[in-house]
Amino acid sequence: MLKLVSKRCKGCGICVNFCPKKVLEVTEVGKCAIIAGKEKDCIQCGQCEMRCPDYAIFVEKDK
Amino acid sequence: MGMEQLVEKYFRPGRLPHIWCPGCGHGIITGAIVKAVDKLGLSKDEVAVISGIGCSSRASGYLDFNTANTLHGRALPIASGLKMANPKLKVIVPSGDGDATAIGGNHLIHAARRNIDLTLVVYNNSIYGMTGGQYSPMTPKGSKATTAPYLTIEPAFNLLDLAKAAGATFVARSTTFHVQNMVDCIAKGIQHKGFSIIECVSACPTNFGRQNRMGAAPRMMEWQRDHAVMVGAWNRMDEATRAKAVADGKFPIGVLYEDNTVQEYTEAYDELIKRAQGGK
Amino acid sequence: MSIKLLQGNQAVVEGAIAAGVKFYGGYPITPSTEIAEQLAARLPQVGGKFMQTEDELAGLGAAVGASMGGKKAMTATSGPGFSLKQEMLGLACTAEIPVVIVNVQRVGPATGQPTSPAQGEVMMSRWGTHGDHWVIVVSPVSVPECFWLTIRAVNLAEKYRVPVIILMDEVVGHMREKIELPDDYSTIRTVERKRPACRPEDYLAYGTADGDLVPPMADFGSGYRWHVTGLIHDETGFPKGTPEGTVNALNRLHDKIYNNLDDIVTFEEYKMDDAEYAILSFGGAARTAYDTVDMARKEGIKAGLFRAITIWPFPEAQVKVLAGKVKGILVHELNYGQYVLEVERVVSGKCPVWLYGKYDNSSATPQQLLAELKKHVGR
Repeated sequence: MLKLVSKRCKGCGICVNFCPKKVLEVTEVGKCAIIAGKEKDCIQCGQCEMRCPDYAIFVEKDK
Repeated sequence: MGMEQLVEKYFRPGRLPHIWCPGCGHGIITGAIVKAVDKLGLSKDEVAVISGIGCSSRASGYLDFNTANTLHGRALPIASGLKMANPKLKVIVPSGDGDATAIGGNHLIHAARRNIDLTLVVYNNSIYGMTGGQYSPMTPKGSKATTAPYLTIEPAFNLLDLAKAAGATFVARSTTFHVQNMVDCIAKGIQHKGFSIIECVSACPTNFGRQNRMGAAPRMMEWQRDHAVMVGAWNRMDEATRAKAVADGKFPIGVLYEDNTVQEYTEAYDELIKRAQGGK
Repeated sequence: MSIKLLQGNQAVVEGAIAAGVKFYGGYPITPSTEIAEQLAARLPQVGGKFMQTEDELAGLGAAVGASMGGKKAMTATSGPGFSLKQEMLGLACTAEIPVVIVNVQRVGPATGQPTSPAQGEVMMSRWGTHGDHWVIVVSPVSVPECFWLTIRAVNLAEKYRVPVIILMDEVVGHMREKIELPDDYSTIRTVERKRPACRPEDYLAYGTADGDLVPPMADFGSGYRWHVTGLIHDETGFPKGTPEGTVNALNRLHDKIYNNLDDIVTFEEYKMDDAEYAILSFGGAARTAYDTVDMARKEGIKAGLFRAITIWPFPEAQVKVLAGKVKGILVHELNYGQYVLEVERVVSGKCPVWLYGKYDNSSATPQQLLAELKKHVGR
């Protein structure tokens, strides 16, 4: 699962750009979000977490 | 430990979101410092983060170490005095390209010359960000800046050659695209006994990218990906290939230089104290 | 006690050692260089450290850093270097980092006359850095006073978490005089800065919960992690730029000094009991005045000397009393007229204030000062 901290997100689009599965988008309110219906496409690679300059997206590994 | 836990552990509560613009690479560099500290297993009490003034220098306030956000360009002398007062502290100095190489340039070469055990992390975004996009000594020649409406005519420093020539004994470069490499470089820099400098190539989409038509933050990060070459590969290049790489604006990343034979300054001072007190 | 013949600058060095100074950062400059040279020798003997920095700002900067690390720290300079240090002085004021700055004044501006005396930084020592700020400035008159006043300067810096400036001049800095030095410096009263006693998690870096306007200061690395900033900040140490926050921050920096003037302000009165005319002076300029007072009295002029030792904060209450007592005050200083402006402000017309400002690169003789006095007395 991806955990998004919307308060910190500035909508720069880096996570969107580097997501290999194109799971993410920047919404109309300028925040990163998971594209509806793509939740299960996330492979938990951690690219978004690693590249986020705002500590606003984290990968919570499935148990 | 994931970044969520690292933020929880090493950032001061209630101080995020940070002030940096959307897509600014400085958050990644600050995160890399935290990852390096964690990787080395240092306690928060034994780390000091002393910064000057500028976008980069706001890093100190977010971090739950012994921290100071001091004067523009003057972090290194303050850090040097602190290190002399308490050599056990691991002293990290986040500094922007203007802070470190323009107003603080003299302090940079002299801290390097002394080989005092500080870790200088240069947040190099090629521009004065906080004041709104003026060119710095690290702005590539021919760039646009608010103080260079007709493009800069000044060549940029080769910062790492400068630091090495001045006496720095650990020299590394990384980019905000190469996060693992950056963490590795900073961790090794902190471990290194002597003056270490890590140039972290960062993106300023707001004040550099926009003026120079580099695209949004993701494009600027891709630029880093496409222009940085791991030092091993760089060293394996034959001369002609390397010359072409340089002409294409490429640069090596990783640990570029390390010398462990030079005595560190505070250790040398401890010996001086023994001499002054009649010992040998 | 052992009797020695020392230079003023050397006496400063011994005072620093006696006060427990353990770090010096600085850059060579005439006429203060002997302080650096001799601390380079003396500090490591007592386990302290000396650093010759690349410039003047770095000298004070390193001292500020060492002070953050818990050491008593100082620097020394002269006019041009004092100009350069001003920005760092401001950081020490607002972040409340104890530090001592010696300025052995010479003729200025710019290179001026490096080996000639002047007192041209009277106002700069008070107002040099930008913004509202408050410092303590002391000015010694003799070699023995260089020793004792340096100890006092370090003590005041530690007690009030404020930069203290020892404003000397080339006369006092380079003059050699007899001095009795204590054999055992450990018998001298020294002040240690207040450090936090609470648990680290309860520490408020600029908190004044104990009612003392001077907050306890933790050494970096001692387990109390806090943030130093040059930005206007609240009791947490983090920036707070609201109008109310700004006023609170500045008021406390002012009040911690000005609520304690009885402790901070020192002065000397020489033959002032029955004096009808006062010479008001300080530092090297005041040396001339003792003889002038004696000579004037021989000629029937009841003169006395009021010597400010703490020159900033200005001894306002004392000078007000003085103004109500005497027929006139002659201010003598080695400049075109700086301290006299403050004297005039405080006297506020209660008695005449005259100036003998000497700016010809030499001290006055007692005869010259007497002639000035007589001119105003009408003799």
